[in-house]
Amino acid sequence: MHEVDMTKCLILSMEEWAEKKNKKKIVVEKINLKIGEFTCVEPISLINTFNAAVLGSWLDSSEITIETIPFEGKCSKCNRLYFPKKENGYKSPCCNFNLEEIISGRELKIASIDFKEK
Amino acid sequence: MHLPISDKIELNILHQNSHQAEKNKIKFNNYNLLCLNIMSSPGAGKTRLLEITLEDLSKKFHSAVLEGDMTTNLDAARLEKLNIPVVPITTGRACHLDANMVSGGLKLLEKKINPNLLDILLVENVGNLVCPAEFEIGEHFKVALLSITEGEDKPLKYPIMFREADLILITKVDLLPHLNFDINELKSNIASTNPKADVIEISSITKSGFDLWQDWISKKILKFKNN
Repeated sequence: MHEVDMTKCLILSMEEWAEKKNKKKIVVEKINLKIGEFTCVEPISLINTFNAAVLGSWLDSSEITIETIPFEGKCSKCNRLYFPKKENGYKSPCCNFNLEEIISGRELKIASIDFKEK
Repeated sequence: MHLPISDKIELNILHQNSHQAEKNKIKFNNYNLLCLNIMSSPGAGKTRLLEITLEDLSKKFHSAVLEGDMTTNLDAARLEKLNIPVVPITTGRACHLDANMVSGGLKLLEKKINPNLLDILLVENVGNLVCPAEFEIGEHFKVALLSITEGEDKPLKYPIMFREADLILITKVDLLPHLNFDINELKSNIASTNPKADVIEISSITKSGFDLWQDWISKKILKFKNN
């Protein structure tokens, strides 16, 4: 359900960006997102919600692309990077240490916007 | 039509919410008012926790509550009996409070009391272990409740909520003798997800753990006021 609110925030950010570009003179083709694996976002739900929300709006013809950013942690004992797994309690496989430092996976970003000028 | 242009903006999707949350926090700081965001699944005991907490806390500190609820004012009505300022925020279909809702709640609170006279604002979020974790409201600390009836595995199943929390209250521990529940496994799962969180076991029936919880809040308020 929170994908609806995320979509609202995304559209507001797009509006803010477009105002600086002169909205009437551009066509947005792609909104390229980076979504971390360690977030509450389900990419397909976000895409579906966005497509429904922008129907008939200035973003109607735009497409969302999502690059999934892997969830990566750093072992606080030996500094090795690893991919934390729920099944292993997110512990480091090398030293069995608890997950202290997250290197990536918390991203919720608009990485770039592809657009054309009319 | 011209050739396509790629504008690399690297902007947080939730930047609109984060921006408002930052404005809320500046307001709280200007009022010298500590704000706690209280989160949990429905039925973990947030409102009962606040009822008991505020009976004592409001004798030492000037307190107020923003009460998030999807459809009713039932929880707000319970807390209003404690004679403290309470502002209900009905979220409708939204399953969490966001920074704009809290900003609106704060404006209503300002009509009830001068926030400069307050020490602490407790914000009871909507019962949900997913959404509230991603939406900042301008709080200084996040408190997550987890009742033992929910199972030992919840920190692993809902890791964002428990990763984001500064304090985790394990509630309903009076039920331990009646359940097949391994509290050490739960604590291990909490430590796996968030080794830095403070953890307190608490019961609204026996009142065990409330001294530690009240002490945690008091220290946070005094440290905040002295900074």
